[in-house]
Amino acid sequence: MAATFFGEVVKAPCRAGTEEEEEEEEAGRRETPEDREVRRQLARKREVRLLRRQTKTSLEVSLLEKYPCSKFIIAIGNNAVAFLSSFVMNSGVWEEVGCAKLWNEWCRTVDTTHLSPSESFCVFYHLKSNPLVFVCQCSCYVAEDQQYQWLEKVFGSCPRRNMQVTILTCRHVTDYKTSESTGSLPSPFLKALKTQNFKDTACCSLLEQPNIIHDLPAAVLSYCQVWKIPAILYLCYTEVMTLDLITVEAFKPILSSRSLKGLAKNIPQGTEILKKLMTTNEIQSNIYT
Amino acid sequence: MSFFQPAVSVGNVGQLAIDLIISTLNMRKIGYFYTDCLVPIVGNNPYATEEDNSTELSTNAEVYSLPSKKLVALQLRSIFIKYKSKSFCEKLLSWVQSSGCAKVIVLSSTHSYQRNDLQLRSTPFRYLLTPSVQKNVQSKIQSLNWQEMEKSPCIPQMDDSEFCVRVPGGGITKTLYDESCSKEIQMVVLLKFVSEGDNIPDALGLVEYLNEWLQIIKPCSVNPATSALPWKIPSSWRLLFGSGLPPALF
Repeated sequence: MAATFFGEVVKAPCRAGTEEEEEEEEAGRRETPEDREVRRQLARKREVRLLRRQTKTSLEVSLLEKYPCSKFIIAIGNNAVAFLSSFVMNSGVWEEVGCAKLWNEWCRTVDTTHLSPSESFCVFYHLKSNPLVFVCQCSCYVAEDQQYQWLEKVFGSCPRRNMQVTILTCRHVTDYKTSESTGSLPSPFLKALKTQNFKDTACCSLLEQPNIIHDLPAAVLSYCQVWKIPAILYLCYTEVMTLDLITVEAFKPILSSRSLKGLAKNIPQGTEILKKLMTTNEIQSNIYT
Repeated sequence: MSFFQPAVSVGNVGQLAIDLIISTLNMRKIGYFYTDCLVPIVGNNPYATEEDNSTELSTNAEVYSLPSKKLVALQLRSIFIKYKSKSFCEKLLSWVQSSGCAKVIVLSSTHSYQRNDLQLRSTPFRYLLTPSVQKNVQSKIQSLNWQEMEKSPCIPQMDDSEFCVRVPGGGITKTLYDESCSKEIQMVVLLKFVSEGDNIPDALGLVEYLNEWLQIIKPCSVNPATSALPWKIPSSWRLLFGSGLPPALF
């Protein structure tokens, strides 16, 4: 509790998140069978399902149990997705192997076949000429209670150590902690975090303490660290979290990394595709039209 | 072997205290508590002292050990996912029982605004012991003249409510304590009445309270006037209140 300037006593939020736990305990004691059923139905609604869009059938096992994989590139967020679409998936034929369908308060993924950049989706592809190379385009928000399920549905219960995982994502520059003011940082800029078993060098400097990552990128990297899978996360700190040309181009140094080498064949064409993507996505926000 | 762990509680004091213990004793990471109950987070080594050891990835629940003092510590770095805290307690205590730890020491905190008049006038530190705690540990703690956590009305709004142990703002502290009582696990809970804010002094207070009993570190100076214990602040405690300010502000 804290007293405001005007003398009223208000409940100050607790950063350890303990009020919610006390409410849960209270709720648990008063829970009726109907409450339990409502909770079960909500849990079912929030389940992460992996399915094939063409046939609308669920995958019987996890994605990486069904398909062998040596290289897995995961783009999380619309700028990272735009980067992979423009520079990596512009060459070669990429075949869709599955998509994750999920619902939460921030997004509901669509499973229509033609996706626009403004929709939320999570789709998995492999390269037809080298089916061991996988890409995941994830533009939807995966909530904290769904992240573990997502990992189980994608990676499964038998972690493979002979694959390499690369994760690309963005964060707002104000999330970056530094002794200087974040306003003076030359954003966008790249930082990396790698697991113990990732032996190659990163294309940029590593993320310094006390900075941390959360959400799906953290869930994937934690999984890889615990199960000794070589993995690297490339994080772009930017001022613009919506689809932005400069932010997407900030990922370009990664094209020369071992993870993406050989996959990005036509960079000038990639730039053209990116510009077209930006134009398609431009929202007419003029209230007078 | 003694097993230390924090409760994710008000001011994160338990977690800060465990950070101090791991950092000061230079405990080595021996494993992970991989669970779906905690929000995932990663970052580089929070106890880094030089370039070489700064790039080891850390996750949300890691186990550290110091074999020479038979200490094992679990550090929790994020909050519980909704409805998962009880499940976490069950899994944790089940692991504690199967790993043969002699006793579990939980470092925690509780809301200072919920103190009664007597508590306001006394030391801010409290302890709790489960009934199975060995007699020699009980006598040692009694000899320190520590204050046991008082029971308070289970339902504060009711005048004729029964009394029980309550730890408001203590997160899983009460669940761990109750489960340990029923499973006959030797558990000692040490906690402090705190408010949210700069809780570093609270964490230092809590580890010194713990040290009165366990003597895990000794004073480095012979002169008692300057006998501040050499607790090592982890490098990750930088910038706790955010980045630097733009000079243009001034």
